Amino acid sequence: MSQPKTIVEKIWDQHVVHQEEGKPDLLYIDLHLVHEVTSPQAFEGLRMNNRKVRQPEKTFATMDHNVPTLDRYFIKDPVSKKQIDTLKANCEEFNVPLADIGHPDQGIVHVIGPELGLTQPGKTIVCGDSHTSTHGAFGALAFGIGTSEVEHVLATQTLWQNKPKTLNVKVNGDLGVGVTAKDLILAIIAKFGVRFGTGYVIEYTGEAIRNLTVEERMTVCNMSIEAGARAGLISPDEKTFEYIKGRRHAPAGEDFDIALEKWKALATDEGATYDATVEIEAAEVEPQVTWGINPGMGLPISANVPSPNTAKTAVEREEIERALEYMGLEADQPISSVKIDHVFIGSCTNSRLSDLRRAANIVRGKKVNPSVTALVVPGSQTIKLRAEEEGLDTIFKEAGFQWREAGCSMCLAMNDDIIPSGERCASTSNRNFEGRQGNGARTHLVSPEMAAAAAIEGQFVDVRKYSAPTLSS
Amino acid sequence: MEPIRKHEGLVYPLNRANIDTDQIIPKQFLKRIERQGFGQFLFYNWRFEDDGTPRENFSLNDKKYEGASILVAGENFGCGSSREHAPWAIQDFGFKVIIAPSYADIFYNNCLKNGILAIIQPEEVTEKLIEKAEAENYTLTVNLENQTIKDSTGFEVSFDVPEYHKEMLLNGWDEIAVTLTHEDKISQYEAAQN
Ligand code: SF4
Repeated sequence: MSQPKTIVEKIWDQHVVHQEEGKPDLLYIDLHLVHEVTSPQAFEGLRMNNRKVRQPEKTFATMDHNVPTLDRYFIKDPVSKKQIDTLKANCEEFNVPLADIGHPDQGIVHVIGPELGLTQPGKTIVCGDSHTSTHGAFGALAFGIGTSEVEHVLATQTLWQNKPKTLNVKVNGDLGVGVTAKDLILAIIAKFGVRFGTGYVIEYTGEAIRNLTVEERMTVCNMSIEAGARAGLISPDEKTFEYIKGRRHAPAGEDFDIALEKWKALATDEGATYDATVEIEAAEVEPQVTWGINPGMGLPISANVPSPNTAKTAVEREEIERALEYMGLEADQPISSVKIDHVFIGSCTNSRLSDLRRAANIVRGKKVNPSVTALVVPGSQTIKLRAEEEGLDTIFKEAGFQWREAGCSMCLAMNDDIIPSGERCASTSNRNFEGRQGNGARTHLVSPEMAAAAAIEGQFVDVRKYSAPTLSS
Repeated sequence: MEPIRKHEGLVYPLNRANIDTDQIIPKQFLKRIERQGFGQFLFYNWRFEDDGTPRENFSLNDKKYEGASILVAGENFGCGSSREHAPWAIQDFGFKVIIAPSYADIFYNNCLKNGILAIIQPEEVTEKLIEKAEAENYTLTVNLENQTIKDSTGFEVSFDVPEYHKEMLLNGWDEIAVTLTHEDKISQYEAAQN
């Protein structure tokens, strides 16, 4: 029998176009997702050099980062408007399919790829966006690239890439009741740090990962970049295939069966070796809240904010001090004592239908605390519509949440959805960097359930104690 | 892309780890559709007060670093977003070389594509460089051809750079043009898939 291989090695070997000693491999790209922020300079580069998009049908564009979530057709800022108009003009000129504002498929690029069935096992997928790792949940090799690389893929449908090292993140056992995929990935990053994945592609394995739904797996893979890894993936299984079947761009009929055979062969072989392995016990994971200014600064809800005195090095000490100052927190204060001003439920990490359902379960029949402004931003127009069909919008609105149109919104606050300086937000997004949600804004990353509970209480609470009966539904 | 062979310049030390691309260039400046002109926004929220006046306590506003072209920083430089606006801002501001113990992968690649030399040095070395540059007007000479960093007092270290990256940087090649010399292979690959 041939050497056992990891899924990463299998996908890699299937996509090498050209290999040469001392050089990276030239890798074929199956799907290129495009959005308005990181593409204008790339299209401009094509124009300047008189180049075409090599495979427009392997390219798919949408607008997400900059779009308004209230009045979608009215973009106040002329610079934003120009960026949106530029993508539209570029897609027309280069024949790239586009889910424009107002198009029923429009949404966050990493939400709509899977939703439309564009994301499939075994594909190489890139996008000018670091959270492209989300698509790894389907057993695709998906990673973020810069604008020069966007131009390179548009022109050649390939990229020069060094074969990555593989890192097995093995999650043993199963998550406790009320503990989510978001808590798991936050706990992994808190435990191993924001650099542990640098230079690697992470494969998430173990019982807890197998037990996650496909949408929960997307949440985990989404935040691989927050551990430094460009890509994170999960070997596909029956759940994956079932999720894809019937989606618009998925293979249909006989083609589906042919694809299925290939997909089934992708999972990492028994006995395959990784360059590194780390393990974590799922049962030890509690609901998480980040306290600081990078996603590795996370805590279980029962814990206290760290003190600079616990730092091991001078640099770390300074980092903790700076984070406490920026976040307006006291050393050693319980994280559950922190009062919040805003709640944001959205982003490519946690804005899918299942996320909204779980948050709605917590919110149902309750009221948002009067001191809190709370926002739900579905990941795509399709999700928004589905949620409305189920009445989720009514649950949120009756509780006092605002119900918005799809987009990135407050995840990076490039549109008008901005947290004012000094105010505090419980956010289901993926980055708590300084100024991410607005200059001076203070971000705490949490799961949709924790965000929903915080909206009602006006401060962080352990969602497991908060509303136990609804958790099983 | 401009080729880079040898560069001599003033060092600006930024003694922080995990500097993310949201700090290097905040999102409000990502709306522009040009490649140029991002230097004015570099480290914007650290450099400027809300009303746009320079913050006195941020070192890049210090006169003594005016004209600096070598940036020395802490671990995991450039983590976070894939925005190439970050290296564009660094370059447009006047930096040609970065020295740090480690970089985020996407940022490192983005530097290369723009002709910025991102050098990895162990923390002992970057700490020493930072200390010197904080204390005095400190200049380094970086030579890509023989892969060395030197100062005027006899300090010298070598650095690693992948052969492929070195060749690209030294020649300032257009990578797409290089790739298109393999177009036959790309077409063959595509034909085999269908
Ligand atoms: S939701 Fe946030 S992280 Fe996701 S693509 Fe949009 S800006 Fe990036």
